[in-house]
Amino acid sequence: MNKKVFIAAVVIFVLLVPAVLISFNITKVTGNEVLDNIVSIMNRLSNGIWSSLILFGLTLLFSMPIGLLVTFARRSRFKVVEMITKFYISVMRGTPLMLQLIVVYFAPYYLFKIPLSSDYRFYAAVIGFSLNYAAYFAEIYRSGIEAVPKGHYEAAKVLGYSRRQTFMKIVFPQMVRHVLPPVTNEVITLVKDTSLAYAIAYVEMFTLAKQIAAAQSSILALFVAGIFYYFFNLLVAFVMGRIENKMNYYTA
Amino acid sequence: MKLLEINNIKKTFDDLEVLKDISISVEQGEVVSILGPSGSGKSTLLRCATLLETMDAGSLYYCGETVAENVDGKSVYVGKHDIKRIQGYFGLVFQNFNLFPHYSVLKNIIDAPIHVQKRNKKEVEKEAMKLLEQMGIADKKDYYPCMLSGGQQQRVAIARALAMNPKILFFDEPTSALDPELTSEILKVLRMLAAEKMTMVIVTHEIDFARNVSDRVIFMDEGYIIEQGAPQDVIDNPKNDRVRAFLAKVQG
Repeated sequence: MNKKVFIAAVVIFVLLVPAVLISFNITKVTGNEVLDNIVSIMNRLSNGIWSSLILFGLTLLFSMPIGLLVTFARRSRFKVVEMITKFYISVMRGTPLMLQLIVVYFAPYYLFKIPLSSDYRFYAAVIGFSLNYAAYFAEIYRSGIEAVPKGHYEAAKVLGYSRRQTFMKIVFPQMVRHVLPPVTNEVITLVKDTSLAYAIAYVEMFTLAKQIAAAQSSILALFVAGIFYYFFNLLVAFVMGRIENKMNYYTA
Repeated sequence: MKLLEINNIKKTFDDLEVLKDISISVEQGEVVSILGPSGSGKSTLLRCATLLETMDAGSLYYCGETVAENVDGKSVYVGKHDIKRIQGYFGLVFQNFNLFPHYSVLKNIIDAPIHVQKRNKKEVEKEAMKLLEQMGIADKKDYYPCMLSGGQQQRVAIARALAMNPKILFFDEPTSALDPELTSEILKVLRMLAAEKMTMVIVTHEIDFARNVSDRVIFMDEGYIIEQGAPQDVIDNPKNDRVRAFLAKVQG
């Protein structure tokens, strides 16, 4: 068996174990106190894992395409659009994500006196994360677009491709390959950044882990949470690596 | 019939006047070589003719159809729609090929005829294979550009330009990125095209090639045409001192 596939299988298995434990509500497997404690921690972290994963998934789903739109705006012929976009990117990159989440969460109340509902925590987290990550993705995409040689645009122009065709057929596919390594970086960072959602009291895995750790006066729960992040990111890196290899078909 | 006519073209980049007052016309079936030291404006002339640059002043016609006219000392271009049609009259082969790296050899050649000219895919493919056979690289049709030698890549680029069925083909120093052995490959292809009465304008540093293949040689220096005529006259018996000095230098 391929070594990489083997590693992937191990990672998926590790992620699957808690899922099984959780779904069958198994809290006691062995007589061993520490092991049983770990199993019960996993069980109690389960809700948080899903909250983290949903936040992670939705952020990617929104921020990746929004990032592309931001790139277009950043490269716009209209100076005003370019300036506004530059300002947006500089604020998103220049202030703490935690602060941005707090602003998104409390803005409706302070600006429009709309009472805060606890449901809104989730939406605020998704909106805050998406806006922040869109700015980073936009800059990554921009670097990918600018790495396409000018000569390719010229060749496309002489061949009669429209601007739209040139982007869709010539520039975009090359951009995707250029940006995969930095995008992988961002995605991995996002997995860990989801823990910042605690700033608006959105209950995700790390929040729960901290609560358990405090209650038990032990860092074991934090350690278990760390293992989850690590294995999930191993999976992310593996999947992105596969995609990268697939996209490298045309390079020497 | 005049395929290309350029009158009194002027082009300035920032403060640098690259083309000062140049007029050329090319008849159907004619092979014209443009010689001259670097910085003399040869490439800029080609880029203006292929609409990669806009002229500051001067007029441009293809097959009697107006692309740009001189109005009050300024070039005024016709509308987008006309330009798009006229763009189909000419093709351009670049010094560094500018093949699309993510497309196979065959796709590089057939994509524009299919998606720009909206021609039948089967027909275009058949034509493309014929071109590849002519270029001696039919066996490379499924390769990606990075897997080919420079000479092979340039032959693909020539096939790509020919697949659009242009009336006139421009070459911007097509052998300058190649070593002597590969250069002769490309010159062989150009000779073959000349024998088929393809109308060509070639910017080149290959003096022997210009002498043997072209019907007319144009010598440019500092933004002007300083001598033109049959290759025997311009290359073997130049009247202009600067032409003589240049030829002496490059021919050792």
